[in-house]
Amino acid sequence: MALSAEESGRLARLLSEHGERLTRRWTEIVATSLRGRLSQAELARQVQELHRSMIDAGENGLTDLSSEQGGELRAVLAELSRGRARQGFTATETAISVYALKDVLLELMEENHEGSALRDFVAFSGLIDQMGLFTFETYTRTRESLIADQAEQLLELSTPVVKIWEGVVAVPLVGTLDSARAQVVMERLLQTLVDTGSPYAIIDITGVPAVDTQVAQHILKTVVAARLMGADCIISGIRPQIAQTIVALGIEFGDIATKASLADALRQVLRLTGVETRRHQRRES
Amino acid sequence: MERVPILKIGDILLVSIQVDMSDQTAVQLQEDLAERIVATGCHGVIIDITALDIVDSFVGRMLSTIASISKVLDAETVVVGMRPAVAITLVELGLSLNGIRTALNVERGMELVAAARGDEWDEVDGDEDVETTATT
Repeated sequence: MALSAEESGRLARLLSEHGERLTRRWTEIVATSLRGRLSQAELARQVQELHRSMIDAGENGLTDLSSEQGGELRAVLAELSRGRARQGFTATETAISVYALKDVLLELMEENHEGSALRDFVAFSGLIDQMGLFTFETYTRTRESLIADQAEQLLELSTPVVKIWEGVVAVPLVGTLDSARAQVVMERLLQTLVDTGSPYAIIDITGVPAVDTQVAQHILKTVVAARLMGADCIISGIRPQIAQTIVALGIEFGDIATKASLADALRQVLRLTGVETRRHQRRES
Repeated sequence: MERVPILKIGDILLVSIQVDMSDQTAVQLQEDLAERIVATGCHGVIIDITALDIVDSFVGRMLSTIASISKVLDAETVVVGMRPAVAITLVELGLSLNGIRTALNVERGMELVAAARGDEWDEVDGDEDVETTATT
């Protein structure tokens, strides 16, 4: 429990009595810490909203931020820190918006000095600390969800399966292949094989920066799974260094066909399917 | 007890497994299939497992056994329609269905059987195969 119902009532009274002056000073302090990256009007609106919901909470006898009466206040705080997190402010800059209230309150209480001022201030501080911690939590949660979203988007972006010929699909792999991505690639490739009825797949690893045993394992699994379904896989785009690494690590590709370039792989597949490729001599004029 | 139906299409026997396989069903299927191969003189068996959500070591062994039986009776076995999820699970389990040919769908399976029976080249994709040897 941060403060008693009586104290929270006093806080609400203090906040509403000096409302105008308090929010102005509060906005000023926050504005200096944010160095003009948020418009004055926007900031003033946020501070006023926070101020209002604190008065409401105080009048309802708020004793602890996590209590039922704190619902409204928590919502306002959460919205504030979510906004800050999305706009790219740091955690400190977000928390300052709340902690600035302490300075303002101190100034105010020093002026109209009363006997119980110190005790009150400590109690108010307790509540403000709770509010600050709450903004921290919301801030981190927002950032985490942002990161998770981005990781998912990256996953979506980086694993296209393209059809390059009748009955031939290709997967150009770009970037490091970890277990999660390998799983997505595998599932998507196999699904495309079923959907398009393609009996041939080319896995192009030109864009994979390094091939270690784990990556090789993932690729091999994909090839074996495709074979079980009745499709053949060719691995292409093996760069010289990668070839050396593969040999040095003792990775065995067995009877899986490997080609240096996507073009070679495609030519091989076309030959297997019986399509004839011929070079036409261009007529010189 | 449920029985798996065996359909005859031309020179091929088509087995579509739609039910969960039990010991009894599997044994019954093996018996039925062997009898039908002999009775009809078919040279190809296509086992369609599109409807199977789960292929465990038991079903895997059953497929292998059927393939071996068919082989003895001079018929090619092709397993078709394996789902991606099933394939992934089999790979993760380390089961590789040795000695079984696979194809994406029934149509490709029939082509595969035809290709394996060299004497039927002319009917299905003989021309293509001749060209392949010519270009290589």
